[in-house]
Amino acid sequence: MFDVILSLLIWVPIAGGVAVLTTGERAANGGKWLALLVALFTLGLCVPLWMSFDTTTANLQFVERVAWIRTFDIEYYLGIDGFSLPLIVLTCIITVLVLVSAWEVIEYKATQYYAAFLMLAGMMNGVFAAQDAILFYVFFEAMLIPMFVIIGVWGGPKRVYATFKFFLYTFLGSVFMLIGLVYLYLKGQSFQLIDLQSMTLNMTEQTWLFFAFLVAFAVKIPMFPVHTWLPDAHVEAPTGGSMVLAAVMLKIGGYGFLRFSMPIAPDASAAYAWLIITLSLIAVVYIGFVALAQQDMKKLIAYSSISHMGFVTLGLFIAFALVLEGNAPDTAALAVQGAMVQMISHGFISAAMFGAVGVLYDRVHSRQIADYGGVMNTMPWFGAFMVLFAMANCGLPGTSGFVGEFMVILAAVKANFWIAFAAALTLIIGAAYTLWLVKRVIFGDVANSNVAELQDLNSREWIVMGVLAFFVLLIGLWPAPLIDVMQPSVEALLKHLAQTKLIG
Amino acid sequence: MIETWSDLIPLLPELFLLGMINIILIAGLFIDEKRRGIVHFLAILTLVFTAIITMRDFNVLQRYTALGGMFVRDGVSDVLKLFIYLTTAVVFVYAKHSLRVSKLFVAEYYTLVLFAVLGMCILVSGGNLLTIYLGLELLALSSYALVALDRDSPSASESAMKYFVLGALASGLLLYGMSMLYGLTGSLELAVIAKKLASGDLPPILMAFTITFIVVGIAFKFGAAPFHMWVPDVYHGAPTAVTLFISSAPKLAAAGMAFRVLAEGLEPRVQDWAQMLGFLALLSLVIGNLAAIAQTNLKRMLAYSTISHVGFILLGILAGDEAGMAAAMFYVIVYALMSTAAFGLIIALSRAGFDAERIEDFKGLNQRHPWFAFLMLVTMASMAGFPPTIGFFAKLYVLQAAVDAGWLWLAITSVVFAVIGAYYYLRVIKVMYFDEPEVDHKISVPGDVRSVLAVNVVMLLVLTIMAGPLTRLCEQAWY
Repeated sequence: MFDVILSLLIWVPIAGGVAVLTTGERAANGGKWLALLVALFTLGLCVPLWMSFDTTTANLQFVERVAWIRTFDIEYYLGIDGFSLPLIVLTCIITVLVLVSAWEVIEYKATQYYAAFLMLAGMMNGVFAAQDAILFYVFFEAMLIPMFVIIGVWGGPKRVYATFKFFLYTFLGSVFMLIGLVYLYLKGQSFQLIDLQSMTLNMTEQTWLFFAFLVAFAVKIPMFPVHTWLPDAHVEAPTGGSMVLAAVMLKIGGYGFLRFSMPIAPDASAAYAWLIITLSLIAVVYIGFVALAQQDMKKLIAYSSISHMGFVTLGLFIAFALVLEGNAPDTAALAVQGAMVQMISHGFISAAMFGAVGVLYDRVHSRQIADYGGVMNTMPWFGAFMVLFAMANCGLPGTSGFVGEFMVILAAVKANFWIAFAAALTLIIGAAYTLWLVKRVIFGDVANSNVAELQDLNSREWIVMGVLAFFVLLIGLWPAPLIDVMQPSVEALLKHLAQTKLIG
Repeated sequence: MIETWSDLIPLLPELFLLGMINIILIAGLFIDEKRRGIVHFLAILTLVFTAIITMRDFNVLQRYTALGGMFVRDGVSDVLKLFIYLTTAVVFVYAKHSLRVSKLFVAEYYTLVLFAVLGMCILVSGGNLLTIYLGLELLALSSYALVALDRDSPSASESAMKYFVLGALASGLLLYGMSMLYGLTGSLELAVIAKKLASGDLPPILMAFTITFIVVGIAFKFGAAPFHMWVPDVYHGAPTAVTLFISSAPKLAAAGMAFRVLAEGLEPRVQDWAQMLGFLALLSLVIGNLAAIAQTNLKRMLAYSTISHVGFILLGILAGDEAGMAAAMFYVIVYALMSTAAFGLIIALSRAGFDAERIEDFKGLNQRHPWFAFLMLVTMASMAGFPPTIGFFAKLYVLQAAVDAGWLWLAITSVVFAVIGAYYYLRVIKVMYFDEPEVDHKISVPGDVRSVLAVNVVMLLVLTIMAGPLTRLCEQAWY
């Protein structure tokens, strides 16, 4: 089974999604159970995947390689390393939680909703497992269609605007990447990432490619100033859509930097690292202030996501500054690891925050902060979870939010004190907007009759919140397994980055 | 010219087709309306057998000529012909429902379409300017008549008139270019022309005029901007069953004509015509995609979308080398499949006295009939070029050829316009999935249409997995 385990992770959810679609509306309950079983089975596949993953090597594991389109040397080439594995596991966990959290909430075309998320999960696993650039691109783009439908069908009042914006932004970004890939193919006659990464490119080529990739991934992650689609998409998306969008789809941007921009165009990446670092710091600081001003809970969390993803890009590109100095290989590794940990941690925290807003929204049908107050009085369990997630969001030690941010800031201090200083401001700004949100929503006196009538979490919601809380604490208290898994891949990446590609 | 009868063997499919058309023409006179299904059946059977005869000595790597070089059979012609038969057969299946619904179920439809098919076969096999012109006119005249099939409809008659006048003008231009080419080289045979053009130095001004006239003629037939004016009116005005046909198979033939004339006859002058095609491709992409956004009628929107697809096909052709031609061929085959699917779905949703041709008519389709909504979703995704549909690989193939030939700026422009184009395809998806239905009548589609439609659309997905063999076929046809 290990020969095809990655294929199973991709195709079981997709085939399951098709099967769920065919159950139709009449047997909606059966369709839901089928979807949940498929998602659980996929999650189950992650157990042997994690267990038998060799943490001592940076080589690709569980490789599957079949020629697909010989004319262009496109291959169905799957394989994972330390960067892909945690993200695949994250995808599978979040998918199960999304399905559970939608159980009684989504009534309109429920089977289609479930099917869309299953297919999305398969495609996202495909993105993380693909080792052929075109295969990656196929999954990368194909994801947009289910998400387009999810936001458009089950979204809020301005969903059509939001979903078109989401789609066209992402699509526009990615077509430039496609041209970049075509260029690389014509130069090297291969689409395999390994070949692309070892190809010699002069500085002009690298610069063009770097910016082609940057457009694609900066939109996806999203970076300032191309982030504006995200708040709209999040506000209008249904809870599940927001959870997947924040928890996994944004990570694909960061993953893209790791897989494409940095190893394919290392010299250009080093030359323009200052640009990315600047934009990241703007995201961390400025977007943090923007979050502070929000009246809508989902918008606030969306801006907070952008700010936190700024840490990911900061960590990835500060590594260049450190590699160039040459005397700090360990610190550079720390930065990249920090970025990766931040991605995984933010995956759980943002899913939890959006899930929590979803819980409130299902009861009161409002996302406005002003409509709440004193929720703790009527929903103590929910309040406890919400406070935990809020603490994690502002990076309290002991939660996962702390680990990644701390590692990145630590590395940044070695590179430049002022960069670290600016990045560390997030600890204040993040705490400000998150705690203020909690204060206004959770604490205080019961604000109105809606809040007074609130019911606390039912067991289904409890499970979702509980699982997310478990992972937030687990990574916060014991991040070692996660870091061990990616250690060899990080080292291999840094070794690759340290060598210039300019001369053969 | 005929020295021995064996000289005619490469023409066997066309001869068989011609014989069958005559039989259908006569049979159509005697079969009354109730039993007109026989004509339908006979027409499909004809295509199947023609395909079988073509397959009999199908060899993608071999090239035969007959009638002293007038008629060529090679990989390019045979692959195109097989897909012409296939799309036409699919067209027949969809068209029957549409013709019945709009009370146009006449035998003439079948004979005219088959004559057009014969014209296309001659066209893509033309080794001589005369054969090419002969095939082109047979195709064109049948198409004019088809557009006017619904003679009581003013819009159909109007669009037929427009089509005829503009088409005749285009034929005239093409013929003028051909006559100048004859004057310059002293031959009508493409192979000889190519040789003369490669060796002799010819008056440059005359040469420029010749190439311009020929390129304009081809652009007209393709419907490339700025010679696209007839396309939206004809697509919109003609009965849907006719639009379905005109939008699919004749594009394969037009590509075949471009291959023959440009890639074989004018091959030594690739620098000159590639520049012109670059301009046409750019304009087609711009006008097609921008104008499609403004449409409310789905048939008209698809007409403009066709113009933008032609832009992509030209992008392959202008690369000028084998890889570019193979890419254009792949694209046009994929386009024909997508186009039949899109119009097939329009037909499926039509009923007596009502053509589902406005975009609004698709409102809330997901609630009324999720399966058809899904099929339309896949078709639109494929037209927009999203993976995992085959439409993406068609675009990738063409882009690769264009970038390889040094047309990087045009490739970048084309993808930007592909993003703009995505908007109007997405709008169809939006209408089907996000809006509430306005009408609530039952959708009843005959079983044959339903199953062929399903296969047609699912092919757009399955071909992605099978993209290897199809690209290989196109590649082999050119090497």
